[in-house]
Order: sequence, then structure tokens, then C-alpha cells
Amino acid sequence: MRAADALGLWLGALRGHRSRSLMLLLAVGIGVVAVNLLTGLGEGARTYILGEFAVLGRNTLIVLPGRKETSGGMPPITGLAPRDLSLQDAQAIARLPSVLRVAPLQAGQVEVSVGNRNREAFTLGTSHEFFAIRQLQVSQGQALPALHFDEARAVCVIGAKLRRELFGNAPALGQWLRAGDRRFRVVGILAERGESLGMDFGEMLIIPVASAQTLFDREGLFRVFAELRGPHLLASGKAQIRATIRERHEGEDDITLIGQDAMLAAFADILRALTLALAGIAAISLLVAGILIMNVTWISVSQRTAEIGLLKAIGATSAQVRLLFLGEATLLALAGAVAGLLLGEALLWAGRRLWDFPLYAPWWAGASALGLALLTALLFAWLPASRAAAMQPVDALRPQAAR
Amino acid sequence: MIRLRGVTRCFQLGEQRVMGLDAVDLDVAAGEYLAVTGPSGSGKSTLLNILGLLDAPDSGEYWLRGEATAALDEVRRAELRSRWIGFVFQSYHLIPRLTARENIELPMLLAGIEPAERQRRSAPLIERLGLGDRLAHRPGELSGGQRQRVAIARAMCMQPALLLADEPTGNLDSQSGGEVVALLEELNREGLTLLVVTHDAQLSDRAGRQLLMRDGKVVEDRRREPA
Repeated sequence: MRAADALGLWLGALRGHRSRSLMLLLAVGIGVVAVNLLTGLGEGARTYILGEFAVLGRNTLIVLPGRKETSGGMPPITGLAPRDLSLQDAQAIARLPSVLRVAPLQAGQVEVSVGNRNREAFTLGTSHEFFAIRQLQVSQGQALPALHFDEARAVCVIGAKLRRELFGNAPALGQWLRAGDRRFRVVGILAERGESLGMDFGEMLIIPVASAQTLFDREGLFRVFAELRGPHLLASGKAQIRATIRERHEGEDDITLIGQDAMLAAFADILRALTLALAGIAAISLLVAGILIMNVTWISVSQRTAEIGLLKAIGATSAQVRLLFLGEATLLALAGAVAGLLLGEALLWAGRRLWDFPLYAPWWAGASALGLALLTALLFAWLPASRAAAMQPVDALRPQAAR
Repeated sequence: MIRLRGVTRCFQLGEQRVMGLDAVDLDVAAGEYLAVTGPSGSGKSTLLNILGLLDAPDSGEYWLRGEATAALDEVRRAELRSRWIGFVFQSYHLIPRLTARENIELPMLLAGIEPAERQRRSAPLIERLGLGDRLAHRPGELSGGQRQRVAIARAMCMQPALLLADEPTGNLDSQSGGEVVALLEELNREGLTLLVVTHDAQLSDRAGRQLLMRDGKVVEDRRREPA
């Protein structure tokens, strides 16, 4: 039999049993959509979270006071450190040859008010360099001025949400706000950006680090961000920072250094496992589709006994009969899978538009869904198709009443 | 053409063993016109199925065109059916979703013949059977006589040597039945070996050779002198 003729027969049979074909198409389609959508969600979560860490930059190290013996993961945000990190420590780190820039960080909750509006705001005391390290953009005004770490000045940059809450529709730039018992002039407003690394910059008040020290009446730094001159300096930079601090802390090795690599490694593994688990769950729906294919092919073989008998009488071999039924199932699976892939991509696209979330099904999800759909179709249609092939023409041709 | 020796075929019907064919010997020469008659269950259809290689005997030997068929594998049997044997059934057995032309060309399609060659072979048959204007119709849109003519065209398109017809006029009115018989006899006169299984005494009387079967045996084998 010529391939084109076989294809014609398959298509004819599928058209001849339209509702049945549509049902199978739907089952396979749903299975493939499920695989694509769920892996898309898993991969989306992964890229989203990894993207969050990537904001930190591959060259950036976080220096925390206190020694924490961990092989990975996040050290506790708070913790009693034997010795504080001081501004002088930050300055010493900034002088290291491998370090490009340093941002000390002081943080706390402060009541902020303008006129009669007031609210609690998370306040960061830091430096000009922090904006570069965390890639913060201002939509109006400018970032914190470049000051010496120990130079206080009554200026602040506020998040977009905080600006709305404090000033409403009135212009905020150049205005004064009260934070705790001090006043700061607004010099910049942060561009809108969602949460990043657990910090919501929209509600944040950013002031020079020396001002924050007096505001909070606290010397020790919350942490220090240090950006190195290149990723190849990561190891030597770490060692240099550690050595510098040890020297300054009288031989105590009492800091913790976190790089992006350690956090990423821990999360990436977990997230990949999550994606695979989701894909596995979705694959079950394809298996269900496969069983449906088997049932429908089985029914189809019973309904078309006379046709099978006739085909054999006019010279079809068993292999040809099997091929006819397998071809129908495979064609259905293929069409269903392609429809499912397209629908899945459309849904992922819609999801990206709606939620601004990186929903992309990885290529292997589409490919394996397609492969799995074809495989289950072949596997599950094989049994009924073989029964059709093995049918004795004389049995198949006997009139309905006599069967 | 056909040579049967001691061909036996049994069926198990519940507890009962039924002799479909009981040690039948038969020789048929090329170009003969046979009618097989007999009561229901006498083994007519079983004989036809075995001659058409749709069924295999339990014992005995069947030579088709000198080839012993007992030991043949499934592929070779399918090939023999495809090449040398045509079937015509009482209930036509057309595939409802295919058009008349597609039904006619199905055996050639299965045999892997190119579309152009299929058209070339089927064209004279279609014209001869007067189906030219019905080719795009599906079986459901054809009359009984037209359906049986489509079935005959399908049986003949591979130019078989043997045509096996099982009650070919059973579902037809007398006029279309007469036309179908005339057609089959015309093909027989051109050299086709024709074997018709029928209940119809009028039809069987027209055949050059009449077999009467009872309980799986050929009890009467009459030849009519050509008129």
C-alpha cells in the first residue's frame, strides 16, 4: 500500500467517525495541555525565583555580622553577633583592590509622617552605591547623593507606594517628611518595581547610612553589600574580605559571606524537582488519554468487523489491517498533541500577559508530551489493532445476526 | 483451477460439533460456471469460504491453480486472494464512508497500485457496469442493484481468475437481480471461473454445472448440456 493511500484511508476513517475522533482529540489535547501548562508553571516559578536572586548580581557578596556554619541556604536575618559590623569595616572592604563598590546597610521600622498623614515605613540607611548594586532606578529626582559613609544628610528617596500614601496627588519632590524625630527632604522617588529578595521597595524610605545610625541610635550595620570587579574574583574577594575583617576584629572570624551561587544552588535543585513532579502529574492525564484511545479503538474494531473481513477478503494482509487501526490512533494522537501544544502555548501566553510572570514551558516538556502522546496511542491501540489483524475473515464477514 | 481432496471443516457450536464440510472432493476447470445449492447449514458457505481462502480446512488439501494452500502463511494467502479471487456478497459489503470509486479501487489501493494505473484499470469496468455517473456517490445513496454492481466492479478490478458469489441476488428485486446475473454470466463467457452459492432454483438452473450439498457433502454434481 502506498503511504499516501494509507493516509487517505486513515483520514477517511477519522472523518467517518467524527464525534469519536473529536472526543479522542480532546482527551489527548487536554493531556498535552496539562503537561505543558504545569511544567510551564513550574519553570515559571523557577525562573522567577532565580531571576529574583539574579537581581543581586553574580559579583555581589553580602556580608553579615556573626559567624554561621551553613553549607548553603539563608542565614537568619537577625542574630546576636559577637561584634558589630561598623562603617569603618565597610570602608576597609571598599578599599580592597578586588572590590568595585560597597553599600553598608542599616535597617529599621520608623513612623513617617507628612502633615497629618503618617504610617510605619521600612527604612534603609545606605549609600549612593546601593542603587547601583541593587539596580534601583528613580522615576523622579535622583538617587542618594554620593557621600562619605559617615556623613549624615537630611535627604531621602522614597518608594512609589509610600509617596502616594504620604503625598497623595501633590508633588513630593523637594518636600519634607518627618521620620521618627527627624526631618528629611525628598530628593528622589523610586521607579515602580515589585518585591525583590523579600524587600518591597515600593514602601521603602531610603536615607544616608549615617543619618540612619543617629535615627535608630545604633552603630552596628545590618549588613554590607560588596560588589566585586568580576566573577573570577569571587573566591579571592571572599578571602580578602574575610581576612580584612578578621584583622580589624582582633582575629575573630565573625562574619558570614553569602554569594548568589550558594543560594541559587539550593533553590535551583528544589525548583527543578518541583517542575519534574508537576510534569509527572500531568503525564498521568496523558496515560488516561491513552487508555481512552484503547477503549475507543476496541469499540471501533468491534463496530468495523465487517469492514475488516472485507479488507481481508479483497487481499489485505494482517499487517495492513493492523496498520490501518494503528494509523488512525496515531494520527489522532498527533493531531490532539499538536492542538494541545498550541492551546498550552496560548494559555501560557495569556498567563504571561495577565500576571507578568515568566510562564514558559521548556522545550523538553512539549517534546516529551508529544512523544508520550504518540507512544501511548501506539501502545494502547496495539492490542485492539492486533485483534483486528488476527480476525479470521470468515468470522468477520458473517452477517450480524449470526455472530 | 480448483482441486479439493478430502476437505473437512468442523465447527463447534456450543456442545455440538457441526460438520461444515465432510471429506469433499471437487475439481473445477478454468472457465466453468458452477451453482452450489442446498438447504441452510449444508456447507455451501463453508465451501465458498475455503475456496476463497477466507477459511482453512481442518484436514484435506486444496490446490488453487496448482498451488497447495494448506501450508501457506497468512501473507501469501492474502496475496492469492488479492491476485486471483474476487468476492461478491449478498449484503454487498461496501465501506459506507468511501465513494463508489474508492470502493471499486480499494483492492488496487491495498495492492499498492499507483492512482493513475488504478484509474486506467477501473475505467472500462465502470463504463461497462454503467456506473459512470454514480462514482462520487457513497453506498448509502445508491440503489441495491447499483451497490451490487459496484461490488462486482471491485471484485473484477484485479482481474481475478475465480469469482465467488454468495447469494449475489439475495437482496435484489427480480429486475436488478436479473441484470446482475446477466453481468456475471457475461464475465464467465469471457473466461472467468464463476461459482455462485444460491437458494434460488431459477438461478442455479442457468449454471453449466450444479452442485447440491447436504450435511457437508456434495450429494449431486450435475452438468447441463450447453443449450
